[in-house]
Amino acid sequence: MAEPARVALLVTCLVDLFRPTIGFAAVKLLEAAGCSVEVPLAQTCCGQPAYNSGDRADAKAVALQVIKAFAGYDFVVVPSGSCAGMVRVHYPELFADDPGNLAAAVELAARTHELVSFLVDIRGMTSVAARWPHAATYHDACSGLRELSVKRQPRDLLATVDGLRLCELPGAETCCGFGGTFCVKYPEISDKMVSDKAAEIAATGADAVLAGDLGCLLNIAGKLSRLGHAVEVRHVAEVLAGMTDAVPAIGMPAARS
Amino acid sequence: MEPTSHAFIDNARAGLANPTLQRALALARTGFPLRRSQAVARLPEFEALREAGKAIKDHTIAHLDFYLEMYERNVTASGGTVHWARSAEEARAIVLDICRSVDAKTVTKGKSMIAEEVALNDHLEKHGITPVETDLGEYIIQLRHEPPSHIIAPAIHLMKEQVADSFRAAHTELDPVRPLIEARAMCDEARTILRPQFLAADVGITGGNFLIAETGSSIIVTNEGNGDLTQTLPRVHIVLASIEKIVPTLEDAATLLRLLARSATGQEFSSYTTMSTGPRRPGDLDGPEQYHVVLLDNGRSALLGTEFQDMLRCLKCAACLNHCPVYVAVGGHAYGWVYPGPMGAVLTPALIGLHEAGDLPNASTFCGRCESVCPVKIPLPKMLRHWRERQFAEKLTPRTARTGLSAWSFVVRRPGLYHFVTGVVGRVLAWAGRGRGRFRSLPLATGWTGVRDMPAPEGRTFHSLWAERQRRGSK
Amino acid sequence: MSVARDHILGGIRRALHRDRLPDDVARALDERVTAHARNLVPARAAALDHAGRVELFVAMAEEVQTTVARVASPDSVPDEIVRYLAAENLPAELVMAPDPDIAAIPWDRRPLLRTRAGRAEAGDAVSLTPCLAAVAETGTLMLVSGAATPTTLNFLPDTHIVVVREDQVVAGYEDGWDLVRARGTGMLPRTVNFITGPSRTGDIEQRIELGAHGPRRLHVVLIGGDLPPDHA
Repeated sequence: MAEPARVALLVTCLVDLFRPTIGFAAVKLLEAAGCSVEVPLAQTCCGQPAYNSGDRADAKAVALQVIKAFAGYDFVVVPSGSCAGMVRVHYPELFADDPGNLAAAVELAARTHELVSFLVDIRGMTSVAARWPHAATYHDACSGLRELSVKRQPRDLLATVDGLRLCELPGAETCCGFGGTFCVKYPEISDKMVSDKAAEIAATGADAVLAGDLGCLLNIAGKLSRLGHAVEVRHVAEVLAGMTDAVPAIGMPAARS
Repeated sequence: MEPTSHAFIDNARAGLANPTLQRALALARTGFPLRRSQAVARLPEFEALREAGKAIKDHTIAHLDFYLEMYERNVTASGGTVHWARSAEEARAIVLDICRSVDAKTVTKGKSMIAEEVALNDHLEKHGITPVETDLGEYIIQLRHEPPSHIIAPAIHLMKEQVADSFRAAHTELDPVRPLIEARAMCDEARTILRPQFLAADVGITGGNFLIAETGSSIIVTNEGNGDLTQTLPRVHIVLASIEKIVPTLEDAATLLRLLARSATGQEFSSYTTMSTGPRRPGDLDGPEQYHVVLLDNGRSALLGTEFQDMLRCLKCAACLNHCPVYVAVGGHAYGWVYPGPMGAVLTPALIGLHEAGDLPNASTFCGRCESVCPVKIPLPKMLRHWRERQFAEKLTPRTARTGLSAWSFVVRRPGLYHFVTGVVGRVLAWAGRGRGRFRSLPLATGWTGVRDMPAPEGRTFHSLWAERQRRGSK
Repeated sequence: MSVARDHILGGIRRALHRDRLPDDVARALDERVTAHARNLVPARAAALDHAGRVELFVAMAEEVQTTVARVASPDSVPDEIVRYLAAENLPAELVMAPDPDIAAIPWDRRPLLRTRAGRAEAGDAVSLTPCLAAVAETGTLMLVSGAATPTTLNFLPDTHIVVVREDQVVAGYEDGWDLVRARGTGMLPRTVNFITGPSRTGDIEQRIELGAHGPRRLHVVLIGGDLPPDHA
């Protein structure tokens, strides 16, 4: 195991609002990997909504807030490929013509990582001590896959979850149609994309689908339940951290006690 | 063609609701990516070639004036003529002039996106000259009076029954009860119908996949042989190509050709890759007597030195279309002009204006698959984002979106306020959704809940729970 | 020259924030073109010896529905042509390139095979041509136009037969370009065709059909060396 590291968790706005358990699962996994975890309070969002809407000024303002809040930690870890990608890939681009802030942006980018790839590639984690007897399939969220090369790492760790059978999803790498504001600006197109995704998931016969991005998961869970498919939707961190009992699957009600 | 890009949302809706189109797109959706990935898997050097292709194009673009002049010298030295067209209008006028100078009655055409871009066919027809599309896909859509829906497979939006219907309606000289069920029969019929047209044409017009500065040659990359018949049989061969098609040498062309067919159709090489240099030589038994190249700018030089310059590397292979989840959902006609898919979403606003084509760069999730398959590594999502930045700066973004962004930005930049608001929202939604764990409908979120459920939040926010955990001192 | 030309070139230069390239840069670019260096060439064919390249050419060509018949010498060509045409149920008649190597084939061995030398015309069903090179990398034939090799022979008839000698097999396209340049005419011929299989289209429901407008059959008669054991 690597040396102790001081990690700051970038919670992400969706995890914070919709599903804090993912944040706690991330903390648990990071601590198991020998990290001490802090959560800077002055964080709200990575700025992606403004950035992708063409509003560079607001994106920069939010980014500067993030850069300031996460100064000084060894690593910044994010349970989301799209938010991690925003910091790692796009913050340097955002400040490319701003020499005063560029160095800080580049410096932060270099120590920011998506959660599962951090655990495997940086901390050398090879297995988890979790049990979850399900037949699951995995959706590769686009930013994590294409901006951060997150592909093999979640599958490697999921393979060590006791009782879990992972089957590959045909079209795992095809976009689910979330795309931030895209899903509400172009709802019919988004619906087609998520319908195709839901159909592919249902066709695998899996009883669960996992991914590393809550935006995708909310979209997919919402469509699966609207279509009446009984497929459990969870963030990969919940499964790896053995916290699936802590919270119902996404979009499911709490079990009646 | 008159652009309908401003109606993208309506066009897309129509495409999504069209069952025949959806069946046709389903065939394309799996076919092209599979074949491309198989071709890539067979060539270990493919990734290195992408980098080499990018470098060749970037080098050429940075010295575009030099290579254009070299190209022109070599075309002239081989007996051809270069014409320069700043705009679609100038290009049309040049082609018409050449056709008139030889009293052309019919013109055969190989597939040319530039010809579509400048709306050449209508112009020729208006002046009493008959253009005959010879590429099978282009021929089919010419019969149907439809624009192409894909830059290499123009009729990809059609099922074979529709093709059969169009052939029956147009080929009235043939036996009306002849069977026309399989693609084989339709191909044979097109071959039979078009052969006399090839032989009778006065002028043949092709596009140019590449123009080679070293030799003054134009290259067409095809599979049917129609392009070759078009450029060999008539007395006059006209090449229509945009200025960024230039490559410096034959070796540079070879590198790019290794990328092109594999990216476009998954073939190792197209059936016919042909270099043409000037008219027939003394002693040649066939070939055109005249060779003309119309070099079109029409907005390309305006991209130089801008954040869109990388778009000039485009090989028009259509890999980005084939891999785009939006394109394969709505089809090419939704984009409303000549160039659909991701490359169309970048190029169309540049050529016909952001006011007309504003939806195109917005109808993307930035999934990035296009960039990952582009043979010359064009950063397409980045350029789509640049269009959104231009729209925002020019206040073309809708007022509701701008207000929403302002409000969002105000709150997001004040963490204390943000945590308070999210705390309230989270708890209210969690309480409201506690029975089912999700919402079937939510006011203010009907774009979402119209088609999918909205999962309910857990209740308290992470930050409030974390703060509590810190206070309790427990780990 | 023309106003449009000046505008376009001027616009390019303005956009690139410069005037015409300075002489030293222009010279360097001229040298780059004169040197016409090869970029990365895949190892697929380049790493093989000649015999390997011949086998690769045959395998790649057959993959795209080119048929290949191997014969020991030019003397065997007429027999192969007659056999092929009969097997394909085609009349024993063809138009051939007025090329000296083709003319030197002993056609009189098969006097019932009707031949004509010249360009192709409407109604010609079968053509026969030489080629400049056979590119092993993708099973591609390289043909150049000329007084002895009219291009219509490659496209008008339904069936195109190409006579290839094993020593014409090269690794990649760049090797073919070297051959063209070595002919020393200073400029390319009117047409250089790289042909990889018969004509085809996938324009109707993505289903590949051969023989769209060009030949639906491409047959290579490969002359040379010792034949491998499994060829008759």
